[in-house]
Amino acid sequence: MPPDTRLDTDLDHRASSSAPAPPPSEPPSLAPRELARWAWRQLTSMRTALLLLFLLALAAVPGSVVPQEGVDSTRVAQWQADHPRLTPVYEWLGLFSVYDSVWFSAIYMLLMVSLVGCIVPRTRVYWRGLRAQPPRTPRRLDRLPAHRSFTTDAAPEEVLGLARERLRARRYRLRRPTDDASDEAGDGSVSAERGYLREAGNLVFHLAIIVVLVGVAMGSLWGFRGSVVVVTGDGFANTLTRYDEFSAGPFFDPDDLEPFDVTIDDFDLTFIEEGRQRGMASQFRADVTYRSSPDAEPEQRELAVNHPLSVDDTDVFLIGHGYAPQITVRNDDGSVAYSGPTVFLPEDTTFRSFGVVRVPDATGADGERQQIGLEGEFYPTYFFIRGEGGGPGTAFPDARNPVVSMLAYGGDLGMDDGSPQSVYLLDKDALEPLTDDEGKPVRVDLALGQTVDLPDGLGSVSFDGLSRFVKLDVAERPGQGLALAGLVVALLGLLGSLYVRPRRLWVRAERTDDGRTLVSVAGLDRSSGGDLSGELDDLVTRLSPTPQTPQEQTP
Amino acid sequence: MTSSTYALVSDRLVLCAMVVYVLAMLSLAVGSALTSRGRRRAAVADRLPSAVALTAARGATVTVDRGLPEPDLHGSSPRSAPGTTRLTAIGTSLLGLGLVLTVAGIVARGAAAGRVPWSNMYEFTVVGVAAFMAAYLVLVARPRTRVLLAAGVWIAGAAGLFLGLALTVLYTPAAGLIPVLDSAWLVIHVAAAIVAGGLFTVGAVASVLHLVQLRRERRRGVGSASSRAETLEQAAQTAYTIAFPIWTFAVIAGAIWAENSWGRYWGWDPKETWAFITWVFYAAYLHAQATAGWRGKKASWLGLAGYLAFLFNFIGVNIWVGGLHSYAGV
Repeated sequence: MPPDTRLDTDLDHRASSSAPAPPPSEPPSLAPRELARWAWRQLTSMRTALLLLFLLALAAVPGSVVPQEGVDSTRVAQWQADHPRLTPVYEWLGLFSVYDSVWFSAIYMLLMVSLVGCIVPRTRVYWRGLRAQPPRTPRRLDRLPAHRSFTTDAAPEEVLGLARERLRARRYRLRRPTDDASDEAGDGSVSAERGYLREAGNLVFHLAIIVVLVGVAMGSLWGFRGSVVVVTGDGFANTLTRYDEFSAGPFFDPDDLEPFDVTIDDFDLTFIEEGRQRGMASQFRADVTYRSSPDAEPEQRELAVNHPLSVDDTDVFLIGHGYAPQITVRNDDGSVAYSGPTVFLPEDTTFRSFGVVRVPDATGADGERQQIGLEGEFYPTYFFIRGEGGGPGTAFPDARNPVVSMLAYGGDLGMDDGSPQSVYLLDKDALEPLTDDEGKPVRVDLALGQTVDLPDGLGSVSFDGLSRFVKLDVAERPGQGLALAGLVVALLGLLGSLYVRPRRLWVRAERTDDGRTLVSVAGLDRSSGGDLSGELDDLVTRLSPTPQTPQEQTP
Repeated sequence: MTSSTYALVSDRLVLCAMVVYVLAMLSLAVGSALTSRGRRRAAVADRLPSAVALTAARGATVTVDRGLPEPDLHGSSPRSAPGTTRLTAIGTSLLGLGLVLTVAGIVARGAAAGRVPWSNMYEFTVVGVAAFMAAYLVLVARPRTRVLLAAGVWIAGAAGLFLGLALTVLYTPAAGLIPVLDSAWLVIHVAAAIVAGGLFTVGAVASVLHLVQLRRERRRGVGSASSRAETLEQAAQTAYTIAFPIWTFAVIAGAIWAENSWGRYWGWDPKETWAFITWVFYAAYLHAQATAGWRGKKASWLGLAGYLAFLFNFIGVNIWVGGLHSYAGV
């Protein structure tokens, strides 16, 4: 719980007395009821909250060092391959998904329980305090850390009236005289308090944090997120089977997918040619046509980074792009066995890309059905370095000199038994590399427009054209609005809890023996950082009819 | 002027600012060395009954004034060697001049690149220096946090060092933006992060001085809670208290931007993770300030842990960890 109990120890125990009492250092007895109460007090104490916060910060660290399953699963696989001995240990510790792990969850769940256990009693205390009067004027104002006094010829009632007026104007809440007849009517004093919003802001902030977490939880329980690759000119209908990757919360119902569809009409990007950012895209956008349901009117718009498309509650984001070379495989008799843009997924920022062509129904020289697989890389601006350490590469991500370089396989693609397979990988269990007359594997190297013959009368492969594809992320996160609202409220509450300064002021006016009036003014700040002294001086100046320098007294 | 002229002017202005910060550091260092020598001599001269009275009076004043504006506890002591306060004043003015030059450099950079000038590490660093210098000068002008005048040497040194690093290691010529950065949220999210970072830096300097002073006072046996150490701690707290909501806002704005461009508001990207760690440490700091037994020393360590997390997020994550924020450009 937050920083505002700073001076509560001094005069006033209203806020602190019913807040959890300082926990005893040892369990008082072994009676289960007492033990439970003791444990609860421990858990809801500020010290525990502090410890849990500290642990939360430390527990978040490994997740930024060890690759995370939910962030980058490819890197996780790579790491696991590089560290075979550490992997089982890390797996057991949950280090590949720290933020879902038991221990991380335990910390923040405990923190939440501690928070609720602290907030509820404090809300009760605050509610009572809100309706209570400012406290009675202390008997000896000169004992307070900041005070002033002066004498004046004005009558005590007059001074007190002025003080009330002034303090009311400064938005102080005043103690009603009727509640304390002896004091107010007798020697006469004013008791005033302001800054009630600090604790309110504090409570609101902590409650809002819970609201934010509820919003986040709703998103992960009822929401989904998927990604899909769409070649320019093609469309995408929002159905489960269309997604390349898809993850959803346990309560997500696939029938709830919005029945929209999106067609990528055109994709436009420009690369930066010079400077340090050479090879990065400077512009990156797609023209799309979409229908929110099959019967709806098609609408056109632009989809770009930072400008997602929202259809009802689902958002479509343009997050990546790549190349889809149009590859045609012909049988020996010239009939087409495979044709179309084939997606090659980028492997790095140079857009060296990896892809496969699967031809399940090619015809061999003897007229029998034959399956062919091609696997290899695509280079947008191809170059080749000969010699040791050399090899193929790409000089620029734009397609200046596009080349496809693949190895050819024959045999069984493993597509017939119905087991699920990735479209972007070749299952080589039952495939053999095709070899040439010398027994070397056949490599199909194609520049745009070229054709290469396959051995054994298996036909030919040609690279006829080049399309681009876009990668779209589609997500629905219920509770997102709630989380955002919670954040805004939390921020406002935080501002209140840090910058509203609760303050109490007292003014007492008494007749002295020589018939004049002795006025004492004192104040108490219940948070640090306020200019209490300035306010006291200001009050003194207003209350004394003639300008005079107040005597500052030190106890 | 053409954009390349602006770029050149910007680089020169930043270089000048660095030189001015180094001069300020020298001036403040000599000033504070002479002051402490003068103070030591004065202390020796006062090792008479009056010294006790002085200490007592000083202790009493501070006790009374808890929660009141702090009196000027150092620097302009009438006993200090002649010219030292002038050196301190010159040094502080040089810091102001350095700030003006830095801001001018940033404006010229913006004109050269045709966008807000905070989108790669070089620019973050330069704008960060401006933010923390501005935060320092504002705080030092307020009576409550005037004690930060003593931190001037370190502030000037840090500013010179950061600008030096920016100009040598991190330098990037002015250029346009890649699409994912081309958003109004860049202005908001990064600006808030930089302003918060500037305040965190001032707070961290005050926290370090607080811990040093605490140890010094304990060794000397001054030992009362109401001391210069406490004033330094309050200055640090002021800086953190202003910075924390700004940092919170920066994280929220980042989440909204991430939602807009990557389709998720929070994905435990290393940058996000470390922003979260920073936030939690400073939250712990604020709670520690309200917990008996944690106020003071332990709280200062928490604040410093938060600053280290912030620094690691800015430097370490960009260089060693990577992730989606990697276009920040080293």
